[in-house]
Order: sequence, then C-alpha cells, then structure tokens
Amino acid sequence: MPRMEVYTDHCKGCELCVEICPAGVIEMSEEINKLGYHPARYKGEGCTGCGFCFYACPEPDAITVYKKED
Amino acid sequence: MAKDILRKPKGFNDVYFNKPGADKENTHYCPGCGHGVVHKLIAEALEDFGVADRAIMISPVGCSVFVYYYFATGNVQAAHGRAPAVATGLKRANPDSIVISYQGDGDLGAIGGNNILQAANRGENITVIFVNNAIYGMTGGQMAPTTLVGQRTMTTPYGRSVENEGYPIKICELLASLESPAYLERTAITDVKNIMKTRLAIRKAIKVQIDNKGFSLVEILSACPSGWRMTPRKAKEWITTNMMPYFKPGVYKDVLNERKPYAPAKLNLSLDEIDEKLGLKEEAPSFPGDMSGLKENHRNPRIKVAGFGGQGVLMLGNVLAEAGMLQGYEVSWLPSYGPEMRGGTANCQVHIDEDKIGSPVVSDSTVLIAMNKPSLDKFVPDVVPGGVVLYNTSMIDQAPRRKDLEIIPVPASEIADATGDLKVANMVMIGAYLETTKVVSKEAVFAALDIAIKHKGFIPMNQKAIEQGIEHVRKIKG
Ligand SMILES: Cc1ncc(C[n+]2csc(CCOP(=O)(O)OP(=O)(O)O)c2C)c(N)n1
Ligand code: SF4
Ligand code: SF4
Ligand code: SF4
Ligand SMILES: [Mg+2]
Repeated sequence: MPRMEVYTDHCKGCELCVEICPAGVIEMSEEINKLGYHPARYKGEGCTGCGFCFYACPEPDAITVYKKED
Repeated sequence: MAKDILRKPKGFNDVYFNKPGADKENTHYCPGCGHGVVHKLIAEALEDFGVADRAIMISPVGCSVFVYYYFATGNVQAAHGRAPAVATGLKRANPDSIVISYQGDGDLGAIGGNNILQAANRGENITVIFVNNAIYGMTGGQMAPTTLVGQRTMTTPYGRSVENEGYPIKICELLASLESPAYLERTAITDVKNIMKTRLAIRKAIKVQIDNKGFSLVEILSACPSGWRMTPRKAKEWITTNMMPYFKPGVYKDVLNERKPYAPAKLNLSLDEIDEKLGLKEEAPSFPGDMSGLKENHRNPRIKVAGFGGQGVLMLGNVLAEAGMLQGYEVSWLPSYGPEMRGGTANCQVHIDEDKIGSPVVSDSTVLIAMNKPSLDKFVPDVVPGGVVLYNTSMIDQAPRRKDLEIIPVPASEIADATGDLKVANMVMIGAYLETTKVVSKEAVFAALDIAIKHKGFIPMNQKAIEQGIEHVRKIKG
C-alpha cells in the first residue's frame, strides 16, 4: 500500500500538503515539534501515492512518499 | 521516470554543513515559502540528470542568498543583481559545468536589470531560475519592480500606484523581445498542475544548457507569506487570483528546434601557460637593480608627479615605472584623470619597490616632482620628512619653505627649451631625479623610453633632455 511519512522535526506546519492531498489523508497534529510548529501527519490509510504532497512541501526532507509497498 | 520513493533529492546536501549554528538540517526559509519548493525541484532535476557534481549555483542577494547551504553543487555568491555576469564568467571558463543563476525579483528585476538583459542578449548558455514573489522578501517586504498595482508593501503602504511607481515589470515578455534567448517560460507554484508545469520547465531549462542550446530562464510566481503578511494557504491563493492574471504563465520563447548546439572548446591550460598567454611570466630583468646601497630616504620611493595637463606628467611617471620594472623591481603607476586633464593640474602616483606593493595609491609621498606652482603648493604638505622635492624653477618662483626636505631646484622648462622643445621638460626632471637618487639607472630609463614613446624620431631629443637633467644635478651638487 502506498503511504506518506512526515519527518516531524522538519515540518514547519504550513499546511500546504494538507491542502493539496486529493485523498484528504493528511492532517495537522496537536503536538509541537522541535521547530515550534504543529507538524503534519499521515492519517494512516488512504494514500494513493500520487506524490503531490511531496512536491507541494517547501521543506526538502519533511515528506517522503512510498508509492508502492516497501 | 517513475520513482517508487519520493524523498529528499540528492541534489541537496544531506547535512547543511555550511550553515552556522546548531541546526544543520532545516532550511532558513519561512513556513510556506516558495523558495523551498523551487529548491526541491532544482535538486531533483540535478539528481535525475546526474549533473549535481558539475553544477555551480550562483546565489543572489535576497532570501535565497544561502543557496550554498543546501545544494550539493559548487556555489558562488554574487553581488546584488550580478549573478548573470558571474554565471557568464564561470560558464565560459568551464564550459562543462552546469551553471544556474538563482535570483529573486528584486535582485534580477531591479538592481540587476541590465545584467540579466545583457546575459540574455548575449545568449549565454546558462540557466536562470527567477523567483518572482512580487516583493523584497529578505529586507522586510519593500516594493519590488514586480509588485502588483495596488499591492501594499512596506514602501507602498497605500498600495503601488501607477502614477507614482509605474506598472510591474514583465521579465519574460521583456526578454522575449530579444532574438538570442532560447527558452523562456513563466510558471507558478500553486496547485498540482502548476507545480508540475514548474517542475517540467525547470528540467527543460537545465536540459537546454546540457544540450548547449543557449540561454534559458524560468520565471516562477512564488509565495512570500511573510512579506505578504498572509498564511501560506492564503498566499498560494493570492498567486492564483492576483499574480497570474497579470503575470500570465506560459512559454514566451522556445526556439530549441532552430538552435544548433554550440559548445566552445574547453581550454586546458596549466597555470604556467595562462601566465605566459597573459604576459605575466616572470622574466629576468634586463637591467638588474639594487637599492641596498642607496640612502634610506631614496629607497623604495613613493613618487607623486604633478603639473599642468600637457606637461607630460603622466608620461614622466610611466617612464619611471617602466624603468623600475626593467630593473626587476615591483612597480605601480596610477594616473589621476578627471577634469584636471582639461588644462588644470594632472598627477600620477608611482611606486618602485623591492617588495610587493599593497596599493598603487601614494598618500604620503617620499618624492614629489612638481612641474608648476599649484602642484607644489598642493602636494608639498604630503611629503614625508626627509623626502625629496624636485621643482620646476622655470614656473615656480618660490622654493618650498619646509626645512625637513631634500630640495632640488631644476629649471626644467628652460633646459628643455634650450634642448629644442618645451615639451621635454618632463624628461629633464627624470634626469634630475635619477641623478639625485640613483633608484633607476640611465640605461634602464633609455630602454623604458623605447617602450613608452611611439614616434621613434622623438627619442634622441628625449634622451638629450634626460642627459641635461643629469648634468644639471651634477653641477648643483658640485
Ligand atoms: C547593493 C545592495 N543593495 C541593497 C541591498 C539590500 N537588499 C538585500 S536583499 C534585497 C532585495 C531582495 O529581494 P528579492 O531579490 O526579490 O529576493 P527575495 O528576498 O524576495 O527572495 C535588497 C534590496 C543589498 N544587500 N545590497
Ligand atoms: S501521496 Fe498523494 S494521496 Fe498520498 S498523502 Fe501525499 S498527496 Fe495524499
Ligand atoms: S507541506 Fe511540509 S512543511 Fe508544510 S505542513 Fe506539510 S509537511 Fe509540514
Ligand atoms: S521573507 Fe518571504 S521569501 Fe523570504 S524566506 Fe520568508 S517567505 Fe520566503
Ligand atoms: Mg522577491
């Protein structure tokens, strides 16, 4: 199953991934990360592996998308 | 090229080792900043094309000044707006490298406006990534040339007005009017469709360079949430509703099919060969000099030569410097041009030194050669105690009053006149100077004359004037 992963301490909480995800499977979490933002997180299922969130995210290392089962 | 995993591209450094401070993993950009997305797309392209290790990024002045923290490429940080000129030099010197000039709208459109225009017009084989966020992000949100009409910024608090600031500059349209550029496109970092178009445009622009097809530029409409005082989501929306209607995305030029690849031959020169081609190879001096036996106040002179324009003061200094060089010394010659050239006073500054010369400027001189009164009055105060002053008594009726100087009166104009031409008064002074100090020899000066004087017919009279100057000093020194 495809999935996405947020490297929590690299996320700046801009919400652009949440906005762009066609499957609506990204949400903002309540926790506060090392940088002082509420980071994004994968809801856990429903990712289609489209990769849109990866290209919308301004942080080099905040999002990884696994398009196929790994 | 379908990838199974989308992760941090290898065009980035793993760790930002150049970044000061403890955090060497995160960028310095604000949340939602468009620069980050553009960086990611470039880094991915560099990885996919396998050119990161021969790529050189030119970082601009602006928020992206720290491009060199992030990319696993070479980098040169250019002065504000000058990235295209720096890119030009790098690309021409290293035709195998992939040179990317990364610039903001203030950098490229304002202070660097002419730089980008000329590089595009020369058709340099470089890739320009132009991040247009309609503002000076780095300095706190001032108006840029690309700021929209009505847009509020720190310097347009009531909104940009056409009456006061004119219309926003459209760089793609402007450059498209030139013949030379090969590929120009404007894209936007907004929704999926436009981000993917940006991705393709960046890849294409880099490919144009790899294929040696000439100048390419991608203008990317990009968010500056901090400068615009908006959330990242609102900022994206603002690009769509406000920027895109005025800055229309699209391909403004694509003549790739018509362009033949052009790659200049790479010059593989050793440092020695470069020195030789530039005429910098050290040769044994023709007249080896030695200042060790000279009086302390004469050694390693810092000379100021001054007089009316037309008295040959620049030539005087030039011949001394040339002679010094023929004797194997370090020399410099700094002429002062300017309004003085039009009949007022002219001067030049000369160093002749056993050691390397730090600056060609002479502020406190050890030698003053004054051809007229205004020059003497003006420059005598700058001569160091113990310094030498040679002054033209034909035109200066009063000797300098300072008692701490070695003063040599020379009726240079009269001697020159008697030799056949008033114009060789400068040569009389050279003769007087070399006899006084022995810093340069007569042989070296004569050889320097051969180099400095174009009309060889004049050389004998100049030589004679120098002899007369020498003779004069011998006489007064007894
Ligand atoms: C010669 C010079 N003039 C002015 C500045 C001040 N300055 C720094 S960045 C900048 C403008 C940056 O705007 P832009 O190129 O749009 O980059 P952004 O930060 O928006 O990405 C200015 C004017 C400077 N650093 N150097
Ligand atoms: S890869 Fe596509 S579906 Fe999966 S989280 Fe990202 S945007 Fe959503
Ligand atoms: S786009 Fe990136 S930085 Fe922004 S919230 Fe999502 S993961 Fe975080
Ligand atoms: S000020 Fe604007 S351009 Fe600069 S980092 Fe912040 S959002 Fe980006
Ligand atoms: Mg800007």
